[in-house]
Order: sequence, then C-alpha cells, then structure tokens
Amino acid sequence: MSARGFAFVLASGALFGFGLALSTMVKPEVVLSFLLWHDMGLLLVLGGAVVVTFAAYQLAPRLLHKPWAGAVFGKHPSSMTPRTIAGAALFGVGWGLSGVCPGPAIAGLGVGNWPLLAALAGMLAGAYVQGRYFGK
Amino acid sequence: MSGLFPLGWQHYLAGGVVMGAGMGLLFLATGLIGGMSTVFTSTWSFLSKAAHFHEERFVSSREWRLVYAAGLVLGALAWLVTMGEPFQTQVPAWQLALGGFVAGFGARLSNGCTAGHGICGMASLQLPSILAVGTFLATAMITARLVVGLS
Repeated sequence: MSARGFAFVLASGALFGFGLALSTMVKPEVVLSFLLWHDMGLLLVLGGAVVVTFAAYQLAPRLLHKPWAGAVFGKHPSSMTPRTIAGAALFGVGWGLSGVCPGPAIAGLGVGNWPLLAALAGMLAGAYVQGRYFGK
Repeated sequence: MSGLFPLGWQHYLAGGVVMGAGMGLLFLATGLIGGMSTVFTSTWSFLSKAAHFHEERFVSSREWRLVYAAGLVLGALAWLVTMGEPFQTQVPAWQLALGGFVAGFGARLSNGCTAGHGICGMASLQLPSILAVGTFLATAMITARLVVGLS
C-alpha cells in the first residue's frame, strides 16, 4: 500500500475512533445498559453507522472506477457456516460479560480507559487460541 | 424518548454516523472493508509461526490493520482533547479479561464482530452477518442478565 493509502487508513480509523468515543461505546457500562434494555442508544449507533456505510458501499463502485488510493473495491467475506454462528454466539457471551468488543477495546485507550487493557489482552489471547488450535 | 434513551439520543446517532463516515472513507479511498477483530489475528503473524496466522488474507493486511487500530486510538484521543472527559470503567478486571478472551475467540471463529458483521456485513446486506448479529445480540443479552442476576 502507498503512503497515501496508509494516510487514508489512519484518517478512516481516526473517524471511527472519534465516533466510538462520541457515542460513548468506549464505556462498557453504556453497552451493558443496552444489553439489559435500560438504554436503547446502541441501536442508534449501529443504525447510523450501517446506513452511512451502506450508502458508501453502494455509491462508491458506481461513482468511481477504482478507489482513490487502491486497486479494487472489496467485499465483506462472510460465509454461511456453523463457525460463523457458533463464533457469534461465543462472541456475544464474552461481550455480555465484559461490555467490550474489539473496536472499543482499542479506541478506549484514547480516552484514558486503561482498565480496558485487560479486555485487550484477553482478546489477543482469545484470538491466539482460536488461530493456533482452531484455525482452519 | 427519555424512556428509551435516558442519557439523550443525539450523541448516539451522531457517533454512529461518524463511525459510518470512517468506514465509508476507508472504502472510497482504499476499497478495504473496515472490520476490527481481524487485527487480533493478523498481528500474531509477526510473532507466531502457526500456519493459520500466515494465511495470505492476514499477512497481506497486517500492516494496514495496525495503522487502522492506531487511528482508532488517535480519533478517540481527538474526542477527549476537543470535547470529552477521561473515563475509566468500573467493570471488574476479571470480567474484562475473561469476557475479552471469549469475545476474541468467538469473533475470530465467526470471522467478524460488532464492526465486521454488525456494520460492514449488514451494510453489505450479507445474510450470514445478519444472522450472526441476531445471534450475538441474543447471547449477549442473556449473559448480561445472568451476570446481574448472580451478583
């Protein structure tokens, strides 16, 4: 990837991280409050993000021959396998226990949420065990 | 509205829109799909020789995924500097560590998390992702309720 490509990646990540902080998703308490049906805010976060992303995914390939700093427009590679659903079920158990998912575990460090380092370490360990012993 | 959103609703919607703008910019500029859980696997390819971590999809994306993760921290820091207050969670460390482990394992088994399946997959109208989101919302709600009930 070109230096310009990396600059775009960094800027995109910064927007995503800013949004995670602005929407308070970096606070596990807010996520848990949604999962316990006390505050439906997470649905607005997800809905807002999905609508804007959907628009970009639909429009970009129609407006541009190729990305500004890339070769081709990619596709999300999700597949209908037992792993997809079993993994999602397990992911939910971990998410419901901690209130933390991968994006906020990383972005949380930017708002000084140091306790999330425990979640970040757990995720790295979980991904290692998955890849080392359960990778295809 | 205050019943559904006791803390207000504007910041949720605005934050979601900004997150979508990040995903959208990434796609327009590079054609990449911005899920977040893959970095937890691809980064191991720098350290481990295990075959799974050296699949082409991980090795070929490991650099930009780390840059993307650095962007997340910088963006959250920009929010903190311009309009936010520092925040430290009171969720017990064992819940964060164990929950993180299970969530990390599950997201990588499923090849997606709240960002990959929840935002990118749903925005791509991918049925497996939509089913994954329904599944993890259900198990997360059950788990959160069990934790409250048992403590």
